[in-house]
Amino acid sequence: MDKFVKFTGIVAAIDRPNIDTDAIIPKQYLKSIKRTGFGVNLFDDWRYLDPGEPGQDHSKRRLNPKFVLNREPCSRAQILLARENFACGSSREHAVWALLDFGIRVVIAPSFADIFYNNAFKNGLLPIALGNAPVEQLFAEYKKSEDYRLSIDLEQQVVSNAHGVEIPFEIDESRKYCLMHGLDDIGLTMQHADEIRAFEQAYYERMPWLQ
Amino acid sequence: MAGKTLYDKIWDLHQVRRDDDGTVLLYIDRHLVHEVTSPQAFEGLEIAQRPLWRKRSILAVPDHNVPTTGLEYGITDPVARLQVDTLNQNCDKYELTEFKMGDVRQGIVHVIGPEQGATLPGMTVVCGDSHTSTHGAFAALAFGIGTSEVEHVMATQCLIQKKSKNMRVTVAGPVAEGITAKDIVLHIIGVIGTAGGTGCTIEFAGEAINNLSMEGRMTVCNMTIEAGARAGLIACDQTTLDYVKGRPFAPRGEIWDRAVDFWSDLHTDADAVFDREVVIDADDIAPQVTWGTSPEMVCSVTGRVPDPALESDPIKAGGMQNALDYMGLAANTAFDQVRLDKIFIGSCTNSRIEDLRAAAAVVRGRKVADTIKQAMVVPGSGLVKQQAEDEGLDQVFIDAGFEWREPGCSMCLGMNADRLEPGERCASTSNRNFEGRQGQGGRTHLVSPAMAAAAAIAGHFVDVRNI
Repeated sequence: MDKFVKFTGIVAAIDRPNIDTDAIIPKQYLKSIKRTGFGVNLFDDWRYLDPGEPGQDHSKRRLNPKFVLNREPCSRAQILLARENFACGSSREHAVWALLDFGIRVVIAPSFADIFYNNAFKNGLLPIALGNAPVEQLFAEYKKSEDYRLSIDLEQQVVSNAHGVEIPFEIDESRKYCLMHGLDDIGLTMQHADEIRAFEQAYYERMPWLQ
Repeated sequence: MAGKTLYDKIWDLHQVRRDDDGTVLLYIDRHLVHEVTSPQAFEGLEIAQRPLWRKRSILAVPDHNVPTTGLEYGITDPVARLQVDTLNQNCDKYELTEFKMGDVRQGIVHVIGPEQGATLPGMTVVCGDSHTSTHGAFAALAFGIGTSEVEHVMATQCLIQKKSKNMRVTVAGPVAEGITAKDIVLHIIGVIGTAGGTGCTIEFAGEAINNLSMEGRMTVCNMTIEAGARAGLIACDQTTLDYVKGRPFAPRGEIWDRAVDFWSDLHTDADAVFDREVVIDADDIAPQVTWGTSPEMVCSVTGRVPDPALESDPIKAGGMQNALDYMGLAANTAFDQVRLDKIFIGSCTNSRIEDLRAAAAVVRGRKVADTIKQAMVVPGSGLVKQQAEDEGLDQVFIDAGFEWREPGCSMCLGMNADRLEPGERCASTSNRNFEGRQGQGGRTHLVSPAMAAAAAIAGHFVDVRNI
């Protein structure tokens, strides 16, 4: 996993609550056995005017000119702004892979669905939960600007705009640490392998029916 | 010291270590695996040359991509076939228990776990599927995980977790005649909202919940994720024990007695305190129908499609209008005016034998309306299908004009060939009415099996209590 470093990126906004994982990456693309290549199908039903299937040449499909990710400069967005309960629904990590593969590195919303929130950190995508008021402010600024950019500083836990207005955000310390150092969870857990073995021994003695 | 909730108890049992910041290494007892969210995890293990920690914790089954008709031809979609073949190869390579296609025990992962006794009280159960919450019906802490976590559990038998908040939803009093588990849970989601349980584990309690069979409890816990909570729980009682006893993976003899003794503590202590409590009056629950594109967009069949103009929050009103536009519905429409194209009875929410019996009881001796293009029943597993056929339910459905299919996830998410065409409207016993969920442009109304059956006969929604 890459280390998360401070950056300034183009913002794309989708002004609706409860954007679900079926919208982020429709089911037909979940048939892939790879982790890559999902970006072209991010928000597929909204992004294209014709239905898509895996294996098809998506560059030949009709783009929906109204959809934000088809418009300049948002087609190069690295930051996605949305409303509450972002990525509710299924556990498909493909939703995170699709966002990352498209180029999105940060999603800002008032709240996230739990499973997506977890999945995001495992892949180096930073979900930033801000209050309703700051999100409203970002939407207002976004709507006034042709090329809206934000800077994301994970170390300082601050989102800032071009005018230097700063919005602080909360993040779990251990998650922040892993993201900043690009750490692999499995490697971290394996450091405790002896503890897990000791736990198991006592556990199965007490509950032999689980053995 | 205050008592413990059921969630506290199961959590504490499985805590391998705890860091100062509250990060816990949580031990996982049962890992259910299917073809869609596992290939990348197996690949990750292989690249890192990591072995599986505890192979016997895994039970694998293909379900999402499996065709529900023409099984003799295998999977004709080459992309889907590769995914199922990959699961088979991985399970063979690592010597994991898998119920392959053609095995009578094959079926939807959340149906076969309990059916086999692979889900036991007090367990932690995970699967790369959000509807893993289903297994909470057994007083097991069960939740969906992403593929990175699937790999993590395979490699370490643990997950890195922070504890959720304790929430309890009490459904007080008995429900009225004709009200099912599906109506209860849809009503709960309507009350607390699709993010109402985010960050929480929800324990369901109260007379209406206690009165449910295990299959009804599974329906309720299954849809916990639709209220934003990763896990739902119901206390262990005699109903639980009666269901589990004698199943293939369940303990036997003296070990069974020890387990039962241990499980008797799997309930919330009387003096435990919840972070959040919601009490719902069971009397308020009528048969439910969703009208929008989120499970919280639900109301009683006796009501009408709501009017965004009456919603004071402009963001909410906008969301409602978007949903109505997508669903092709006008505000204030009565549900008996909503005509349907397709009927789907199946999914991990409602494909068990009691669901099929409830639907068959409505259908018996009647015919599917001429205006319905397709009505199908997809049993949750090969064993459910066999049981239904032993009871003659297949013939009841076939005589009425339903298609009787092979087990799988099917039209709940339309990964196989079973799906809605753009604009088609479906009464579905599944769990998600998201845009495009059952097929691009498809319009899903979530209902109980009895309500879906009644809609098939009438051609539009009706209050099942009136037929």
